[in-house]
Amino acid sequence: MNSKKQNPLKRVLSVRGMGAALTAFVGWIVIYIAFGIINPAVFSAQNNLNLLRSMSKYLLIGIAQSYVLITGNIDLSIGTMVGMSAMISATLMTHGVNPLIAMLVAMAACLLVGIVNGYLVGKFRLPPFIATLGTMFVTRGIAYMVNGNRNTDAISTGIGKEAADRFQNFFYYGKTLGVYNTFWISIVVFVIFFFLLSKTRSGSHIYAIGSNIDAAKLSGVNVVLTTTKAYLASSVCSCLVGFILCAQAGMGNMEAGNTYEMYGVAAGVIGGVSPLGGTGLLLGTLAGAGVWQTLENGLNMIGAQVGIQRIVIGVIVVGAVLLDTVVRSGQTKK
Amino acid sequence: MGEIIVSMSGISKSFPGVKALDHVSFELREGEVMALLGENGAGKSTLMKILSGVYTRDEGTMKIFGKEYGDLTPKQAQQAGVAIIHQELNMCRHLSVTENMFLGREIRGRFSLNNTAMEEEASRILSDLRIDIDPRETVGNLPVSKQQMVEIAKALSTNARILIMDEPTSSLTAKEIEDLFRIIRKLKAEGCGIVYISHRLEELASIVDRVTIMRDGQFILQSDFADITMDQIITNMVGREIKEKYPKVSCPKGKTIFEVKHLNAGRMVRDISFSVSEGEIVGFAGLMGAGRTETTRAIFGVDPKESGEIFVDGKEIRISCPEDAIRNGVVLAPEDRKKDGLCTKLSIRHNLALPNLDLLCNRLGIVNSQKEEELCEKAVSNLRIKTPGLSIDAGNLSGGNQQKVVVGKWLARNSRVVIFDEPTRGIDVGAKVEIYHLMNELKQKGIAVVFVSSEMSEVMGIADRIIVMCDGRITGELMAAGATQEQILTMATAFESKKISA
Repeated sequence: MNSKKQNPLKRVLSVRGMGAALTAFVGWIVIYIAFGIINPAVFSAQNNLNLLRSMSKYLLIGIAQSYVLITGNIDLSIGTMVGMSAMISATLMTHGVNPLIAMLVAMAACLLVGIVNGYLVGKFRLPPFIATLGTMFVTRGIAYMVNGNRNTDAISTGIGKEAADRFQNFFYYGKTLGVYNTFWISIVVFVIFFFLLSKTRSGSHIYAIGSNIDAAKLSGVNVVLTTTKAYLASSVCSCLVGFILCAQAGMGNMEAGNTYEMYGVAAGVIGGVSPLGGTGLLLGTLAGAGVWQTLENGLNMIGAQVGIQRIVIGVIVVGAVLLDTVVRSGQTKK
Repeated sequence: MGEIIVSMSGISKSFPGVKALDHVSFELREGEVMALLGENGAGKSTLMKILSGVYTRDEGTMKIFGKEYGDLTPKQAQQAGVAIIHQELNMCRHLSVTENMFLGREIRGRFSLNNTAMEEEASRILSDLRIDIDPRETVGNLPVSKQQMVEIAKALSTNARILIMDEPTSSLTAKEIEDLFRIIRKLKAEGCGIVYISHRLEELASIVDRVTIMRDGQFILQSDFADITMDQIITNMVGREIKEKYPKVSCPKGKTIFEVKHLNAGRMVRDISFSVSEGEIVGFAGLMGAGRTETTRAIFGVDPKESGEIFVDGKEIRISCPEDAIRNGVVLAPEDRKKDGLCTKLSIRHNLALPNLDLLCNRLGIVNSQKEEELCEKAVSNLRIKTPGLSIDAGNLSGGNQQKVVVGKWLARNSRVVIFDEPTRGIDVGAKVEIYHLMNELKQKGIAVVFVSSEMSEVMGIADRIIVMCDGRITGELMAAGATQEQILTMATAFESKKISA
């Protein structure tokens, strides 16, 4: 055991799920280089900036879903929370409400959804698929109703051009240190949630209930609270993505975030997060989001049709899990 | 003596980082029961998994009914007549007895399954074995003992001639064990070879013909059971002499630490009152299903209570969930380690730290990884948990070591009351003695120890005072010194229709 202490690298590598995460990172780099060789424009500075920005949304969504997946549950209401967040914040801003307050209201609504999800799943033991299917419909309904069943006007009509520009620059169009702000936001969120999951008591509890809920309970873990925390993490990230989409469009779209929950599953799973719970690292989710957006970006750059893009992504998701399963069963059989 | 039907020689098998088997030899004759003995992690299960095709060997030769097999697959093993009855039963709980027996080899009619034929065949096999089970019953509704009989019947329905039984009696009552032995004797008379793996050495005498002993992945000896003493068996299994099977320390009895008054929680926990004093271990004896596990779960706050009071150090405490219990210094090492005790897919470090995170983190909830490491290493060395490292998944440890992790989770805290529910089930002699030592240590430190066990000799050997339960009630209490098995058994079977004099 002493040898272990002397070798921190080995300790890092022995962390559960690290293998899958690193594999995804390698895959990411390979894909990036491969597309770059086919079309050198992939390597251009502007493309890299675009890539980082589009990846950021998927990273946030991936973090949202990974938290819930690690508890052994699923959150189907992610995409609709994105839509609700975009609609609530945009509607308020078109009515001249200060963007900060508009965002707080949207965040409160998303957190409420997270609490409902957490209680339905943690306390009343509903199957998470059903519970969040319900909240998914309800939140999409709210997104529709917020502005009377239609998309909002441009946010600048309410808060004025200057404030609207500031909001849009902060979340989407502006740059800091030469990189789009969207990227920085997602990286800050990533670091915070990474820390919470790997270094805190709550994070440890999240893994424990995903691995064995009975044993966790008997070890004094508060299952309701922990489940709710995971769903709240999902709410926070989804809400932020709503702001980003609102800033990108400059208005609220009722269908914003459609099927994002599944993109979240894909980003997590490509990076080695187990949909069965108990396993997965956010580092993997980061790589998963990277793999995905690099693929989409690269396929775009070489002129592949949207249909092809979807097919490739579908194959990659299944392939990543298949690879993991085959490698693991190979180890046990041998 | 029958012909040799299985002969394995020079079998080796390595897993990443571990040499599980090192040139092991094993043979089985027709019509005999061969006990395969060894501590947890000695390689018994690995060897049997190779025989049944679950694992492939690295080297060595293996002959079944004289035919040599190289890389045996589970399917080939089944065709060769090998069937394994696992420690954890592998049944589809929602399907019927018949459906389970014919799973994967259903009898088909012209358009659909021929249920009548399958049911007839199933009841024929069951009645051959004189097992009283309705083949249409859903397996999940049957008690564990009956499920096991179904497994055996299933094995026989595939014409198995070599039956491997891994800890078949670990969850059976005395009466059910008698039934099982009757069936084993019958199979033996019909010429089947049976490999019998068990940690309950007491029961070997009534069933076993020969023994093979393994230790640390190596073959140690093979002998006729009649030619070897129990002490020799234990010494060879453990590799050292175990002086006392039930080490007992006595220390002065102090003030009352833990008191439960009139606890009610459903039908299996009715009006339970008892107390534990400083310096004593209180054992809970009884038959399977007497309500002991339910009692510990109600105390610990896993299952809801209807009424009752609990006192620790004279102060009344309220426990409505395990967190409350832990905060008040009452902890439980549960019975079913796979289901309730461990997160098998998480590392040993994570498991050991889980209930102690409140001690390991600062006010912001950030875990101090150095403290965590210290706590875990202390637990590993104190309990002598055999593992290559703390990052190993808990599920990869052998049963005894898993149990030590379950117990180790609770020792870092300054608890006042430690409840052990069947802490020695399915673990080897050496590990058992280590668990006993641990309970004694706790007792000496002035911690109240509650010890639930179905092995009567163990309760009598370790506990200072024994409380006997039957059908959800306490039916008697006696001092361990001077107690006899008959006394305990009388109390344990004092069902309500009879008068109780306790």
